[in-house]
Amino acid sequence: MTIQFNDETFRDDYTFRNSDWAVKRFPFPFHEDSYMYSVNMEQHRGGPEGSVYEKRFDVDEHYVSEMKDRAIVLADDPLRCQSLPHMTLAGWDLLELIMVSKSEDYPDLFELHRDGNTWRWINKPLGIDDTFTFLDETTLPFGPMEYITRQSQGDFAVLDQRDDMLWMDAGMVTTQADWSLDFDIGMNFFEWHAPVPKAHEMGIFKRALKFLLNIQQGAPARRLNWTMTVNPLLDTSPENYHKWGIQKTGLTAENIGQKQFLRVELQTFYRLPRSNALAFPIRCYLIAFEDIVSVPKWGRRLHRVIRDLPEELATYKGFIDNRPKMLDYLSQYDDGLPTSPGVWPDLDTEPALSK
Amino acid sequence: MSKFQFPESIMSRPVYGTLEPRLGHAHLFVADAEGAEAILDLAKKDPGLMSSAHIIFIPRATGETYVEQLKALRPAQFYSGPSYEAALPRLRRVFSDASMGLQVYLSGTEGLMGQAQSEAMQAGIAPAAIQTEHRGSVARRMQCVHCKGITEDVMTDPFVCSHCGLNLFVRDHYSRRLAAYQGVCIDAEDPGNVPDPVELYS
Ligand code: HEM
Repeated sequence: MTIQFNDETFRDDYTFRNSDWAVKRFPFPFHEDSYMYSVNMEQHRGGPEGSVYEKRFDVDEHYVSEMKDRAIVLADDPLRCQSLPHMTLAGWDLLELIMVSKSEDYPDLFELHRDGNTWRWINKPLGIDDTFTFLDETTLPFGPMEYITRQSQGDFAVLDQRDDMLWMDAGMVTTQADWSLDFDIGMNFFEWHAPVPKAHEMGIFKRALKFLLNIQQGAPARRLNWTMTVNPLLDTSPENYHKWGIQKTGLTAENIGQKQFLRVELQTFYRLPRSNALAFPIRCYLIAFEDIVSVPKWGRRLHRVIRDLPEELATYKGFIDNRPKMLDYLSQYDDGLPTSPGVWPDLDTEPALSK
Repeated sequence: MSKFQFPESIMSRPVYGTLEPRLGHAHLFVADAEGAEAILDLAKKDPGLMSSAHIIFIPRATGETYVEQLKALRPAQFYSGPSYEAALPRLRRVFSDASMGLQVYLSGTEGLMGQAQSEAMQAGIAPAAIQTEHRGSVARRMQCVHCKGITEDVMTDPFVCSHCGLNLFVRDHYSRRLAAYQGVCIDAEDPGNVPDPVELYS
């Protein structure tokens, strides 16, 4: 299908909306009625047609507006995109991976023409038509990582691999769930995960690191992570927390359906060919509570997950104060009926709400 | 003086040990204030090491307390300076021609050790050649995540950012690159509601 790109904002007047199409394909992260951290990794080898898992880099109706929002963030704070000097080659690897994937997966939107090292890149939704020399930084308006990630939804961390460890040595981070690239750059896998509760003690990070170190070229992996955000604010950065934090206190019984968003990250992992670095795209999807509960199975399940989530996780994810309001709202959409296993909406087979 | 035991914390927070004499062609000591005591203790274990030692000492509030004792160890080179910033060009010069056998010994406050360690890492000194021992003040060097300004010697939680004036709470999340802990606005969700500052670890 051809995508109609929305003209919408993720700040100030918050005109962001999901179409019915976007709601139905939302990456709902709960495959059962409860949630706990786990090493929830699987191969990233496509998925059902139309789902966010189908393509290597999903492009959806929010693409153009998300890229405008990224440009605003970067103009305000260039430190959101940084690359340590030894990471330039990995930046070219990432540029190649994204250009090749998008031009193959969305030929009507993106074109890549390669003649030796002379590359022509056409990005129709953003009106870009650039010719440059691959591996020659002087022929692009930005470094290679910044150039391509200004044209790709989601954040990107690029990890150097050395001494059996991953190091966060480059990134483009403007749609983050409250962590700072500028603070974390240069850290290793255990250091940047230090603030996460429970998972270290559960051995999750040790096992996850082992898995990541062994990811091979051509065999990417993926996982989901989630949190909560009031208003469709992409840039929930610690840098700006003193400005947006107050928005968390604006929920009422009347507005919570529209203002409270479930925020899901589709995280993928790619081994890069020349640098042996690991690319870590973190794609953020937002959905309003009122849209979630339009899918009866998701409404039932989200209520149970949020109700039973351990306090430490609700605190870490930043919604412990708002949890009672969320439960008041969500409980209206939970009639106690069982839910089918798996994440899919199952609209044709799951019963309508019976209360 | 007895050493302070830092409570268990998260994995980005540094842990410090006790300086031990090591084999090496050259020995660089960087210390501030009570950090001098760690050097004096080490010299008791291996007095011979001092003939190939370079001591860079920043007395801070300890004034002359340790200067003569350190000189009496007869290090090959001794420098006493008014501040870390003032000592930095000298430190960089020493790191710039550090050979493989250089052993680095850092002692004193977290801020001093963190900054010297970050400098050593940028100069390519192997982490295994660097030892640390905490002595003296438990103050923290804090980065404001909002304005990026560094506030030195923070003793309370919360504290006021010395650059932008926001009231910040003290996190244990630590960046070795910045040699600083992270400070985050404490009253973002309830402007003006700032709890009374409490001394760290009290
Ligand atoms: C190498 C790629 C990865 C990067 C760059 C990355 C980065 C991050 C960052 C920056 C945070 C926020 C920490 C904070 O509070 O400051 C985080 C949280 C977390 N990460 Fe990762 N991560 C990676 C891979 C993984 C993997 C493979 C797992 C598998 C289990 C994982 C599990 C988690 C969990 C459970 C959280 C807490 C999230 C929450 O509760 O909202 N991460 N990660």
